[in-house]
Amino acid sequence: MAGKKIKRPDGRKPDEIREISYELGVIKNADGSAKFKIGNTEAIAAVYGPRELHPRFLQDPNKGMLRCKYNLMSFSVSERKRPAPTRRDTELSLVIANALSQCVFLEKYPKLVIDVFVEVPQADAGTRCAGICAASLALADAGIEMKELAGSISAGAIGDLIVLDLTKEEEDWPKGATDIPITYLPRQKLITGLQLDGDISFADFKKALKMAMEKCKDLVKKQEEVLKARYKGSDEE
Amino acid sequence: MNEGIIVKPRSVVIPGETLARGMDYLPGKGTYREGEEIISSLLGLVDIKGNVLRIIPLKGAYIPKKDDNVIGRIKDVGYGSWEVDINAPVTANLLLQDATSAFIDKDLVDIRRFFDVGDYIYARVVKVSKYMYILLSTREREYKKLSTGLIFKIKPVKVPRVIGKRGSMVNVLKSETNTELIIGQNGVVWIRGKNRVDELLAKKAIKYIEEHAHEKGLTDKIKELISKWRDEDGWKKD
Repeated sequence: MAGKKIKRPDGRKPDEIREISYELGVIKNADGSAKFKIGNTEAIAAVYGPRELHPRFLQDPNKGMLRCKYNLMSFSVSERKRPAPTRRDTELSLVIANALSQCVFLEKYPKLVIDVFVEVPQADAGTRCAGICAASLALADAGIEMKELAGSISAGAIGDLIVLDLTKEEEDWPKGATDIPITYLPRQKLITGLQLDGDISFADFKKALKMAMEKCKDLVKKQEEVLKARYKGSDEE
Repeated sequence: MNEGIIVKPRSVVIPGETLARGMDYLPGKGTYREGEEIISSLLGLVDIKGNVLRIIPLKGAYIPKKDDNVIGRIKDVGYGSWEVDINAPVTANLLLQDATSAFIDKDLVDIRRFFDVGDYIYARVVKVSKYMYILLSTREREYKKLSTGLIFKIKPVKVPRVIGKRGSMVNVLKSETNTELIIGQNGVVWIRGKNRVDELLAKKAIKYIEEHAHEKGLTDKIKELISKWRDEDGWKKD
């Protein structure tokens, strides 16, 4: 632990996230859509449905399904990514779908599917978290029945400094960095997505988790503001 | 913690927002109860009727419910039944025994005589099972095949506004434009007038209501607008 203090490259405080912005209704043909920007990371989510689930054998007469497709665009990273879905894309699709399934009333949509498409036109770490934030907003915008909105942020450690919202530069820290993307539902106090890449002590992990959960509350608060600002003026008859 | 309603009536709420605390209120459509709290599950406006809280959605697809009057398009004809597209996530079914009160031997009669593929029908939803199996009926007199006229779609969530309180808006539209008008609960609208201009006028008015659904005193405004539009020309081309 000795030695001089680690400073973040962009001068942020440990629990400070990059500048964020939400935008609603970015895709005209979708039933609901949203864009989320956090620093240089940008994610667009489009929601279609509820609609009939095909192939038919996947239909469940008791509950619906939330299906997600995550796509890191080929020009989003510094070295061109081949456009075909990679193993990573497939995994993240599943991670996002699982995280969001918890906040949708799927039992209200028997035999149906809600399709979520997450596109990442610009990536600077934390794309799955940005995708979940955008998708949560897009789901609400599509008029899907939800328990609540979801917030998601990555926590982690660079060296031995516990930080929030790592950039690509911080993830590639020469002395080792840990990345923990967390999805949190603040009202139910439920963690619906948690991954860990790197190594970290249990005490530090708990500290990081606490910081991230606190920040997720703010992210959801911001989503609420955006939705209310968008539909302001609808409150008259 | 203070009890009672927390939000103002007719304010915009988001999923997960607490609407009321305590057991004095009941959760209606678009809300759910968790412990002592009633929570919104939709993006929409709060509506309080007596002690029931519900959410008027601002967006969303049409989910059929029993006794809805809908306009549908015949997608397929089967042996003694029709498959109908009613602008919902799943298709509905119309069985021969629910289509007409007369007895018809389906072995002898080609049921395309009643409704064929591509026909539009006005029907009632008689059953929505838990598993999204939807049954229609055209037995009663008002339900029929819509052979001529103009058909277009509006957003299903705006339908109550276009119908108005106890059909006030529809009555204005009918009398001002001299048209027959059916607005399906599923957002499909059928108009038949004496001439094309009346039909297009009614369509323009309905589209206007859909866009300005949140405004006050729309019924009176529509009256004015229709007589204003009638004198203008340009719009008739589209």
